Amino acid sequence: MSRAPLQLHIPAPTCRPGDAVDFSGITVPAAGILKRPAEDTPPEQMRDYAYGLIRVLDESGHAVGDWNPKLSADTLRTGLRHMVLTREFDERMVKLQRQGKTSFYIKCTGEEAIGVAQAMALDDRDMLFPSYRQQGLLVARGCPLVRLMNQIFSNTRDNLKGRQLPIMYSEPDYGFFSISGNLGTQYPQAVGWAMASAYSGDTRIAAGWVGDGTTAEADFHYALTFATVYQAPVVLNVVNNQWAISSFQGIAGGERATFAARAVGYGLPALRVDGNDFLAVYAATKWAAERARSNLGATVIELYTYRAAPHSTSDDPAGYRPADEAKNWPLGDPVERLKQHLIALGEWSEERHSALIAEMQEQVMAQLKEAMSYGVLGDPAPNDPGSMFEDVLKEVPGRLLMQREQMLALRRKEV
Amino acid sequence: MARMNMIQAINSAMDIAMERDPKVLVFGEDVGYFGGVFRATAGLQKKYGKQRCFDTPIAEGGIVGAAVGMGVYGLRPVVEIQFSDYIYPAFDQLVSEAARLRYRSAGGFTAPITVRTPCGGGIFGGQTHSQSPEAIFTHVCGLTTIMPSNPYDAKGLLLSAIEDDDPVIFFEPKRIYNGPFDGHHDRPLTPWTKHALGEVPEDYYTIELGKAKIVRPGDQVTVIAYGTMVHVCLAAAEESGIDAEVIDLRSLLPLDLDTLVASVKKTGRCVIVHEATKTCGYGAELVSLIQEHCFYHLESPIERVTGWDTPYPHAYEWDYFPSPYRVSQAIKKVMED
Repeated sequence: MSRAPLQLHIPAPTCRPGDAVDFSGITVPAAGILKRPAEDTPPEQMRDYAYGLIRVLDESGHAVGDWNPKLSADTLRTGLRHMVLTREFDERMVKLQRQGKTSFYIKCTGEEAIGVAQAMALDDRDMLFPSYRQQGLLVARGCPLVRLMNQIFSNTRDNLKGRQLPIMYSEPDYGFFSISGNLGTQYPQAVGWAMASAYSGDTRIAAGWVGDGTTAEADFHYALTFATVYQAPVVLNVVNNQWAISSFQGIAGGERATFAARAVGYGLPALRVDGNDFLAVYAATKWAAERARSNLGATVIELYTYRAAPHSTSDDPAGYRPADEAKNWPLGDPVERLKQHLIALGEWSEERHSALIAEMQEQVMAQLKEAMSYGVLGDPAPNDPGSMFEDVLKEVPGRLLMQREQMLALRRKEV
Repeated sequence: MARMNMIQAINSAMDIAMERDPKVLVFGEDVGYFGGVFRATAGLQKKYGKQRCFDTPIAEGGIVGAAVGMGVYGLRPVVEIQFSDYIYPAFDQLVSEAARLRYRSAGGFTAPITVRTPCGGGIFGGQTHSQSPEAIFTHVCGLTTIMPSNPYDAKGLLLSAIEDDDPVIFFEPKRIYNGPFDGHHDRPLTPWTKHALGEVPEDYYTIELGKAKIVRPGDQVTVIAYGTMVHVCLAAAEESGIDAEVIDLRSLLPLDLDTLVASVKKTGRCVIVHEATKTCGYGAELVSLIQEHCFYHLESPIERVTGWDTPYPHAYEWDYFPSPYRVSQAIKKVMED
């Protein structure tokens, strides 16, 4: 039998700059059609959830189906408030980066429902192991923006002492683990924290986040392996925002299977969720948290969304994707959808929404004014360079004490 | 001749390598359609097709592992690790596999791969976009470690690296992609287009791996550097008023010991400069070799000017980055003793 020669397959997205947006490959199932299984359902009976899409909000803004978490109007308004605040904060910080007040920023535009709804669904004492695009977690946990701004500006009040790239927050008091620039490292760490909680007979659980691109890193697979082997009380989130800098999700394997489906081979339950549907994100997270807290182990949640923002302020997506993709994203915008839902409930209005945006902008500006009073990157020059030698180890070793003296003498031009 | 910055010179080297040898493939994160976050592979996919220049999953261990496998098949992959700060997931594939494959198979299998990776600070990239991990790789038997300091060398060295039959780690100091940054961050940067070493032949040429270059001849003291620090040392030499001989290693391993020894025997004094942390840095190896070979010629203790033994601190970048002032003070110090 003669065969054609082998050929190397290279995945390619459906459209590139200059092409018409093409999301024809994405099927959006109707809201409410997936049943909500009991939290103790065995993973092998849950495989459909790795391929379906949990959605609560329908096209008209009504909450349908038994995944509806039936939140009070006040809770919904709180969620909307956090999302709008997150968005306005992002917008302002990018402007400041463009003005040279900081070196770097990452927005989460279009993904606000994820950080905000998940923080609200988890217990405030649960430990979060985020990637760099979940600032909504901190906003929803009530971390003052001025703290985040101080870190972004590397100013005199920066809790990380000017050491970290902007937005690489570390907020132990808010249960928010130090963000690493290296991808996926936090995922097995989240599992380890969860194992420690189980070992200690605690009631707290952990949650970790990676993007679709990072599922390719070995750390992702270590995390799922340890999570299933030790039945760790952890929620493992994959934010599938379609793009890893310039690489579409097919480069991470998304052409072949959903990211949620990775869980199936590990014997873990998976929930694939409309990431722009605040109620669906909340409900799925609550389900996974309940399962973990009941000692039933880990859940993988794929949050299906779209990175409306550039990867970072160092990136320009015009070079690799059509500019109007975000506008045409079939799952819409998370803020608009929650707003529409509240209006449909008779609990909100366009006027109140405009007032909310103005209020959140004011809040950002007020906190910005305070943060800038403590300085911005390089202005005034950071005043404690000797601090760079601290925290390498618990005690500053003699070798570093000598280097610190040398550095300070060089600054004084005494060497 | 054409005017090129370092990115264009590196791009030209890969372009020529792909044109000359169908076995050369280029891949890595964002290198295909987009042409790399630093644009080093721009245009290669369009010119050679998406099967020869393509995007990979974010999996540095996978990238290097796949490159080793392709090398075993008989191809000659050139891969990019987006920042050298992200090379560690590939460490096992580099250290245990690529570096030792020839040895453990008694020459039966080899890994003729090139790993390009931007390194170094000076761009306010914080601790995960600023590292200089070259000494970790020079410590590994079986790896060749290169770091150019200008467009002309970058192109010639990269072509040699690609043609080399063993694995090569090719560090690209990202701070000098656009011009010879000399550490004076408060002054405008001269672009490579206005610098002699930005004159690069458009055609094929190679520079032998393992040959240092005396970039400033002098009689009083030998200053050894590589990458961005070459330009810092040139500025420092001028500012010190001392007739320093500045040597650009270009290749860390293999090392051009003869050039170093001849220079130190002539000057009797030596300063070694790198941006990487001090302890067990590459400078330690250089100090050791120089004392072995030049002990009776040394007039004063060898000085090292390096990054401090801490992670790269974002806001204190210019207190960390070895400055021309600091290098010139070291030059003066070895003259005093």
